[in-house]
Amino acid sequence: MAEARIISVAQALQEATDLAMARDPRVYLMGEGVADPKGIFGTTSGLLAKYGRERVIEMPISENGMTGVAIGSAIGGQRPIMVHQRVDFALLSLEQLFNNAAKTHYVSNGYHKVPMVVRMIVGRGWGQGPAHSQSLETLFAYIPGLKLVMPATAFEAKGLLLAAVEDDNPVIFLEHRWVHYSTGHVPQEWYKIPLEGSRIARLGQDLTIVATSYMLFEALLAAKYLAEAGIEAEVIDLMIARPLNMAPILDSLAKTGRLMTVDTGFVTHGLGAEIVARAVERGSSSLRAAPARLGLPDHPTPSSRELVRRYYPVSLDILDKAAAMAGLSEERLAPVRACLSIERDKVPFDVPYPAFRGPF
Amino acid sequence: MFRTMLRIRMVEEMIAARYSEQEMRCPVHLSTGQEAVPAGVCAALTRRDEIVSTHRCHAHYLAKGGDLKAMLAEIYGRATGCCGGRGGSMHLMDPSVGMALSLPVVSSAIPVAVGLALGYRQRSEDRVSATFLGDGSVEEGVFHESMNFAALKKLPVLFVLENNFYAVYTKLADWQPDRPFEELARAHAVPAARADGNDVSMVASATAEAVARARRGGGPTLLVFDTYRWREHCGPGYDNDIGYRSEDEFLAWRERDPVDLLRRRLTAKRVLRDGEEQTMTSSIRSEIEAALQAARAAPFPQAHTAADHVYG
Repeated sequence: MAEARIISVAQALQEATDLAMARDPRVYLMGEGVADPKGIFGTTSGLLAKYGRERVIEMPISENGMTGVAIGSAIGGQRPIMVHQRVDFALLSLEQLFNNAAKTHYVSNGYHKVPMVVRMIVGRGWGQGPAHSQSLETLFAYIPGLKLVMPATAFEAKGLLLAAVEDDNPVIFLEHRWVHYSTGHVPQEWYKIPLEGSRIARLGQDLTIVATSYMLFEALLAAKYLAEAGIEAEVIDLMIARPLNMAPILDSLAKTGRLMTVDTGFVTHGLGAEIVARAVERGSSSLRAAPARLGLPDHPTPSSRELVRRYYPVSLDILDKAAAMAGLSEERLAPVRACLSIERDKVPFDVPYPAFRGPF
Repeated sequence: MFRTMLRIRMVEEMIAARYSEQEMRCPVHLSTGQEAVPAGVCAALTRRDEIVSTHRCHAHYLAKGGDLKAMLAEIYGRATGCCGGRGGSMHLMDPSVGMALSLPVVSSAIPVAVGLALGYRQRSEDRVSATFLGDGSVEEGVFHESMNFAALKKLPVLFVLENNFYAVYTKLADWQPDRPFEELARAHAVPAARADGNDVSMVASATAEAVARARRGGGPTLLVFDTYRWREHCGPGYDNDIGYRSEDEFLAWRERDPVDLLRRRLTAKRVLRDGEEQTMTSSIRSEIEAALQAARAAPFPQAHTAADHVYG
């Protein structure tokens, strides 16, 4: 039965790319390692054999130049998918992305289109350190003309990538490396999920948690324990950071009166800052508690697993913050917190939490 | 080609003359003195071939056949401009004649032209793309990145280096070692040719050879054309007095005026007959006058449309 098919995000992305290439001969793939034996963590495996070197292009180590090539080809009618194994490498391509990909449709008064997808992978763990673990979503979220997608789950990853390929705009597709392991039910056939906004991953009426990417799983775990303490959190998987659709978040806030954001990136000037600011501007009458933002502290990612221990927010932090916002008493929080703490401590901090593999 | 060059000269000089009226409210980078390169290069291309230009794009736009009315309207910030007023003088485009777009950040245009060429290959189209760059552009990594990939895939793209010896107010010798640009191409296994960029015949023949190579699958070429910008880097004036170059140097280049060189050659060969240039000049003048009037009379884009076309 199709319903029983459970695959990982990495497999879902490979499948989406395959379907997109089969469906439209203008789609081609380009990146450092797309044609190598490891196939970008499996997300491009098998595509070279199926589509050949004309459409699966092993890219010279020239991030800015090749982004310009992708843009030129897209303006001419092709639909490139470019992949960077780390966001940190893609930084070299910001000139082309910001000046040309994002603006050509606008500057040409709507004449030119730049239909391209740039996949970038956010690293984490195993001591990768300051230049292999940056989650720089706000850089891209800042630029009008770019779209920014941050998937967390397999069904959504596939549908969002297929929609991104069909979109006539440059789409940054930011994949957290640890998200690649999460699994879920994914239909075999082609389908797309519009790049229009978030989805409610869990219903609740006491607190709204807007989580991005991998933080969705930490938020869902925290929500499970919060429920045991009598707090029902509504968890929103942001998915699309630009264009930012605030409507579902404001609707949820109107119901819960409490808003927390949990990002994979920095708190300062982070996605949460924008979401909270808009919520305060437009939904302040609903607020029953000061909004809270969780994310990374103001320093680069250290390598040592001891230094990174407090760096990434985890479900315990979410639990504590939510309890404070909801005015949960210490007596009701403590036993729940102890249980979650025991569960969370079973796994080292520098590898993906196995329970987050799903299926979701 | 003579008419093309004369037309570029007259348009640029009209802009220089009227710029102080403060109605063209965007930076202008004039091509006066550099007319032979765009005229010669574009003469070797067909309408279906595409070019990607830079901040100094007026001459490229006109040489490729871009619509003068839309160009002036753009510089005047009008709704009828080639970018609807969203680009200004540095973003001229007319895709209907293969003037694909202009990108004003140094070297930014180069890989985009390579991408157009990759698209021709992927769609099996018999077309060539060309990109214009300056002497300073070879310092950017993206120049080398583009050459490397174009050579690897043998893409039908021309890298046209207009060497005017100055990056804004700095002499080439102050920021690059004394080495021929052609050697940079050879390091990437790209053939290169260098010619007098003020001699339009040499520009056209060098380009024609490169185009022929590209069309038969022989890949990219770097074309280096030495020329000279008469007016200031940005703006309508002359700036030989501010100290970065000498009046003597300017006058020596002016002696080698590309328009005049061709005029003398054509007159000697009796290709350009008595009175013919006058007729040409007066028809171009009327065209410019009409385009100017149309631009000035055209409506401005409405402020509420400023947020249109962010997404397509």
